Amino acid sequence: MGKPENNVIQQQSDQTLGKRRSLLSIIVAKFMQNKLAVFGLFTLAIIITACVLAPWIAPHDPNFQNLRNRLAPPGPEFWLGTDHLGRDLFSRLLHGGQVSLTVGFVAMLGAVSIGTTIGAIAGFFGGRVDAFLMRLVDVIISFPNIFLLITLVAVLEPSMEILILVFALLSWTGTSRLVRGEFLTLKNREFVLAARTIGMSNTRIIFGQILPSAMGPVIVAATLAVGGFILAESTLSFLGLGIQPPRASWGNMLTYSQSVTIFRTAVWYPTFPGLMILITVLCFNFIGDGLRDALDPRVVEK
Amino acid sequence: MTETLKQEKNSITQDKSDVLLEVEGLKKYFPVKAGLLQKTVGHIKAVDDVSFAIKKGETFGLVGESGCGKSTTGRTLIRLYEPTDGKILFEGKDISGLNEKQLKPYRKDIQMVFQDPYSSLNPRKTVGTILEEPFRVHKLYSKAERKERVEHLLEKVGLNPDLRNRYPHEFSGGQRQRIGIARALTLNPKLIIGDEPVSALDVSIQSQVLNIMDDLQKDFGLTYLFIAHDLGVVKHISDRIGVMYLGRMMEVAPKRELYSNPLHPYTQALLSAVPKSHPSEVKKERIILKGDVPSPSNPPTGCVFHTRCPKAMDHCKVEVPKLQELEPGHFVACHLYN
Amino acid sequence: MTTYIIRRLIMMIPILIGISILSFAIMYAAPGKPTVLNLDPDISVEDRERQMERLGLNDPAHIQYLRWMGNVLQGDLGNSFTRKQPVTQLIMDRLPNTIILMVVSTFLAVIIAIPFGVLSATRQYSKLDYGVTFTSFIGLATPNFWLGLMLIMVFSVQLGWTPVGGVSTLGSEFNLLDRIHHIILPAFVLATADMAGLTRYTRSSMLEVINQDYIRTARAKGFRERTVVYKHGLRNGLIPIITIFGLMLPTFIGGSVVVETLFSWPGIGKLFIDATFERDYPVIMAITMFAAVLTVIGNLIADILYAIMDPRIEY
Repeated sequence: MGKPENNVIQQQSDQTLGKRRSLLSIIVAKFMQNKLAVFGLFTLAIIITACVLAPWIAPHDPNFQNLRNRLAPPGPEFWLGTDHLGRDLFSRLLHGGQVSLTVGFVAMLGAVSIGTTIGAIAGFFGGRVDAFLMRLVDVIISFPNIFLLITLVAVLEPSMEILILVFALLSWTGTSRLVRGEFLTLKNREFVLAARTIGMSNTRIIFGQILPSAMGPVIVAATLAVGGFILAESTLSFLGLGIQPPRASWGNMLTYSQSVTIFRTAVWYPTFPGLMILITVLCFNFIGDGLRDALDPRVVEK
Repeated sequence: MTETLKQEKNSITQDKSDVLLEVEGLKKYFPVKAGLLQKTVGHIKAVDDVSFAIKKGETFGLVGESGCGKSTTGRTLIRLYEPTDGKILFEGKDISGLNEKQLKPYRKDIQMVFQDPYSSLNPRKTVGTILEEPFRVHKLYSKAERKERVEHLLEKVGLNPDLRNRYPHEFSGGQRQRIGIARALTLNPKLIIGDEPVSALDVSIQSQVLNIMDDLQKDFGLTYLFIAHDLGVVKHISDRIGVMYLGRMMEVAPKRELYSNPLHPYTQALLSAVPKSHPSEVKKERIILKGDVPSPSNPPTGCVFHTRCPKAMDHCKVEVPKLQELEPGHFVACHLYN
Repeated sequence: MTTYIIRRLIMMIPILIGISILSFAIMYAAPGKPTVLNLDPDISVEDRERQMERLGLNDPAHIQYLRWMGNVLQGDLGNSFTRKQPVTQLIMDRLPNTIILMVVSTFLAVIIAIPFGVLSATRQYSKLDYGVTFTSFIGLATPNFWLGLMLIMVFSVQLGWTPVGGVSTLGSEFNLLDRIHHIILPAFVLATADMAGLTRYTRSSMLEVINQDYIRTARAKGFRERTVVYKHGLRNGLIPIITIFGLMLPTFIGGSVVVETLFSWPGIGKLFIDATFERDYPVIMAITMFAAVLTVIGNLIADILYAIMDPRIEY
């Protein structure tokens, strides 16, 4: 930094005005370097597209039962075989995917919205508000999720809507702690103080100044959460406490595959729905991992 | 105490119209919590009974070691902190008790330049957005006018206006600090509080930023409260200087007077640490203070400086010295001059 | 340290009260107010009303809560609707099975995860490291119940190596080998619930230690790599891992619901699922509360262990 600064500025502006990189392009470039994350994004895009287009691309009616075709092996007619009622597994996987992915995404949106709001309030205002909200978080976290989930779902009668509601209401605690932590560090940063000295309102400071800086870890957590909700949905549906038949979901398709006969003669039936869950969740985790590196503020700042 | 205040007021503020900001007995205590139930067990007296006044168009330097409460004073004045006690008179109106809504018009008049140029600009926003924010908050000007003003301000602080679409991370520390200064200027303030605005910068860049601040003061008719941790930096820019120690004001004097005739032993020690700026200057004998700064949660009785003062007397441990005017405009809080 | 533990214990009180209120609220809000007993649907409205009055079910919610709480504190969790037995008795009967399952799972998780985590750290960026990392990714994404299904399909049905479920062969005398034969699959499946996490945690903890100065010093002194890693590194690297055991408790107790159902293992988890389908609210609530209290205790143990283990932390 030996030169007078004005020269440096002049040079910089001459050289780099044309090819400067925005924050977003830095993040995208960093993400693209992570092969697993790109693979995850690509695979997930295919899965989501296929599930969304299920009514048009599914070769069979997912609920059409034909006992003559029961437990048919994979072949040209039924690509991934059929289940114990002769329904086409591939078609059911696509339609079930709609349900599983919807639960995952909507529950994530709910949980992240609640968690972000509560975490922002606790972190920004501090004091008694913070102490009360964090005790509430402690209480909710103390229940091993599955017990409270099952109890609530059982009390409220299982359905897709109830599942989403219960997931969102019980799973915001992680996000709220994350956001609170970010707010605690960010609220005393000088750019926030600067915003206060120009008379900016608290709402505007929270949503316009601090939240955008705190969103990195939230986006990562949200991505991982979708995978987590898909796992939770499949577990509850498998136990018979989630999505109710005849509506297909990746979890409840496995419920009726538990039989020695099927295990012996129709391995495809219990295998494919589980693989779908595994691959989808894996994709979300890969993407989340890639985003974690790409959104790392230390990388972006430099 | 009231006596001191009166004395000070009489001398500095004889002509009230001349004074922009007057601080009277300002206190800022932070609670200390401990124990099982996190009860408040004490207070950190960050600012304890500080009074001074700043005249229109002048630069008032506020100096002290880190932890002496100078930054807290600045932040309390601009109401980032709630004052525990005392008055903050801006153009004669007390703003210490106003709520955020009542304060809004004053937000335009008092602005701040922060210490750390890396954390004082929101990393997610472009420079243009950062500089337009004050206009949006106060609903000033049209879109085109805002853009024009932002470009003008960037030019004023010596930056290329084309750079307004860039993000802070694309600038150097010195450039960022200029952006911080430009932001402080957006609302046409009367008073700018500089919270150690150059101490995070390289020495070579410090003087550039100081020069810019000096030029802007003339162009915009600004008044500065300039906070710094050593007397070297404020020497160039200040008209009058206040020296703080452990939350209290030790000495206030015009710059020339303070440098040529420091009265308080603490000021003398600080001055002896300033490197000489010219070889012809007589080398002063360095006064090394013994010990560390005591904790502001449990400050010494009497004069807070007596634990480290080379000239401390028994009396200093008992009575708090009052800030009194020894020569016109030269105030000192020390028992040596009683 | 003592003040820290005391403060931590005091902080538990509001959490435990919160847990009990939430548990009661769910039960209270459940359709048909099944708070204390299962009413015969055939009895007349007056009889029903009289019963409700006699049992205090018409009292305000907070009175009912306090009465219920008083009973709980005396160890009385009410009676099961369907089994006509005290809930405490039901839980106590099944608890040993769950404990055995959890102990064996913990053992399996530790002997598999920790060596792989350590090897992965000492050979960072090797093929083994990538393999371990990738496998943990897969492990984190695999639904536990599906892994169980697959293992039953392969090992129990196709290969016939292990029994399909249960604790022991029906009607046989106690036989250790028979027990091991029965427990190995469910314990492995339950162990995988936390294995990926434990491996990653071990890896990062070891990596942190290995990169520290005193390890480099030991290396510079000319010790053999093995001595360096296993004598100097392992001891310090494993300290933080001990704290994770407190946190494994809730995972295992949650995982036991799925695993016990899958393998017809007569423990608390299976009891819970059965009770859910029978709408046996006293049992449901008791187990939920029991699990929550265990979680709180697990967290407490983790925090205290952490405080003891790390002398740098002051309280």
